[in-house]
Amino acid sequence: MTVVNPTGDNELLGDAVAMRKIGRLERALGPDNYRVVQGLFKTPAAVIGTFLITFFVLIAAFAPLLAPPLNPNDPYDIPRDGFKAEPKPPGTEWKVRQPPLPVWWKAVTGKDNWVHIMGTSEGQYDIWYGVVWGTRTAFRTGLTVVIATVLIGIIIGSISAYYGGWVDNVLMRIVDVLYVLPFLMATLILAAVLTPILGRTLLPAMVAFIVFGWLGYARVIRSDILSVKQRDFVLAAQVIGVQDSRILLRHIIPNAIFPTLVLASLGIGDVVLSFAALSFLGIGTALGYADWGQILSFARNWITSLNTYWYIIVYPGVTLVLYVMGFNLVGDALRDVLDPRLRGKV
Amino acid sequence: MTTYIIRRLLLVPVLLFGVSILIFGMLQFLGPVERASLYVHDDFKSENQLNAAIKKYCLDCPIYVQYKNWLLGTIDSVSGERVGGILYGNFGWSKTSSQPVVELIKHRFPNTVDLALWAIGPIIFIGIWLGVQAAVHHNGIIDQAARIFSIVGTSFPTFVFGLLVLMIFYANLQWFPPGRLTDTYNQVVRSDSFHNYTTLLTIDALLNGRFDVFLDALRHMFLPVLTLSYLSWATILRVTRGSMLETLRQEYVTTARAKGLSERDVINKHARPNAMLPVVTLAGFTVVGLMGGVIITETVFNYPGIGAAAATASVQLDVITVLGFAMFNGLILIVANLVVDVLYGFVDPRVRLS
Repeated sequence: MTVVNPTGDNELLGDAVAMRKIGRLERALGPDNYRVVQGLFKTPAAVIGTFLITFFVLIAAFAPLLAPPLNPNDPYDIPRDGFKAEPKPPGTEWKVRQPPLPVWWKAVTGKDNWVHIMGTSEGQYDIWYGVVWGTRTAFRTGLTVVIATVLIGIIIGSISAYYGGWVDNVLMRIVDVLYVLPFLMATLILAAVLTPILGRTLLPAMVAFIVFGWLGYARVIRSDILSVKQRDFVLAAQVIGVQDSRILLRHIIPNAIFPTLVLASLGIGDVVLSFAALSFLGIGTALGYADWGQILSFARNWITSLNTYWYIIVYPGVTLVLYVMGFNLVGDALRDVLDPRLRGKV
Repeated sequence: MTTYIIRRLLLVPVLLFGVSILIFGMLQFLGPVERASLYVHDDFKSENQLNAAIKKYCLDCPIYVQYKNWLLGTIDSVSGERVGGILYGNFGWSKTSSQPVVELIKHRFPNTVDLALWAIGPIIFIGIWLGVQAAVHHNGIIDQAARIFSIVGTSFPTFVFGLLVLMIFYANLQWFPPGRLTDTYNQVVRSDSFHNYTTLLTIDALLNGRFDVFLDALRHMFLPVLTLSYLSWATILRVTRGSMLETLRQEYVTTARAKGLSERDVINKHARPNAMLPVVTLAGFTVVGLMGGVIITETVFNYPGIGAAAATASVQLDVITVLGFAMFNGLILIVANLVVDVLYGFVDPRVRLS
């Protein structure tokens, strides 16, 4: 790649510009997006976060290899080794209804028998299997909810900011009303109301998260649009007679939205956390569905003997914490890049 | 300032109406049979009884009539008594606990208030103290530790934290048991000689002079309070630290230092009060937000408060009870948020003078 030296008369400027090489990646992404990508590797915290997210993406992608399902058509069903109540410690051999052995198992351990790597929980659900496939559940719920809430937030927020007046007033009062109940309580109630209608699946909790989840995005996008609206290029577009809807869609929204989108994608961590909380309380998926909150909820009946059965909470608990932490660390790093006012503060 | 308060007060009826519509709307997902629990607690034995009840309580009437009945209740034509009506405190019949929802709230709510009162102090003071220390020792060891704590803290779900501390302090060490009281003290509290002055257990125990009951209650509340606190510490610490760092860069702080004040005076008298502005709002909302936080915490620690009751009712799909709780919580939170906003108006000169 060739370094272009500016040939202007200003020598000071020439030096400053020429010193910086522009890499291939930066060229491909453009300076703004490149800065965002750079942010992912800037601080140790951001590197750890990026590593954690990549790690979980890989686990989700290779779930069938790490924990082969008993029935490939229904992989989210955690296989059970019998029906006894008492949990079994990690390393116990698998006795009944053993799923197929993963290909790497013999090569790594030299054994012919599949064991419960992380033990079993109450009712002999295999914890390793639940943790591995629970990663897929986490990504599925997180992505769906975040995409839906951001879309709704963008639509409502931009309508509110664009039309202003009573439309804005009504929409923002609706947001106020939905904000009255704490998020967890509101979603708990709505999920409980919807469960008889939608069944014990992922759906009731997801619908509840979507209904109460778009409020924050709508508020942020509304205020971003209101500030972009004041900028000169919008005035310029108005002066040359561009249609209002075109100004909104082509000029205002693209300039107001990028930060929200990046930050929203990191909201996946929060969604997964709340989802696990509901699931822990007992709202949500059917018994034996691979999701972290449910495995943790099995521990509730064994509180007095958790010193013996520590593995029911430690493995899924640590997994959940690392997952959420990955998104929080990267989120912090990106917030620094996107919002210079906050740099060094959080 | 007056306009600010008036504008804020005008929002209250809007919020009340909105929340009532929201909850009434959720009720409409139920069939008429289930909605009959709003007014009566009979199990219907025959089709005729059921139809009679539907007719009597107007459960198939137009929606606005139902809304009116739900708010104000109906007058029973035989006895002349009012049946139902959430404005009169009749939230319906809780099937899962076999008592009126309002009774359930009366039993459970004081426990939650007791817990929340004990949590507020540690949450606010320790959180602010940590934040100030982190900012004063910017980039020092305390600061780094505080930052790590705040990141780990926000990623740590309450229930995982709760289960872990239960594992350590109850299952292993046997120091702090879950629940409300040890059985022997439970009998003391239920006996006639124990007077319920305030219905808040810890205060009543002190008023009765039963220091042993008081200590036992505290022992049971230690872990829930810790669990409720640590998450709030993480956020309060962050905001305090950020705001404090910014304040310490202001010129009047440099002036204070230049005129030779001790560093302690600079921090305590000049910097900290000015850095508290964003913290005040956050602290207000944290306290209000405890109402949501108690759901998980009370469930993990088997603490008989309103949060655990709401969780149990939700899991058993007892929608009438849950929505009763929601309405009750909604009322409390609307008032609490109003108080926080108005107080904020007094604290923040930008609002006060506009």
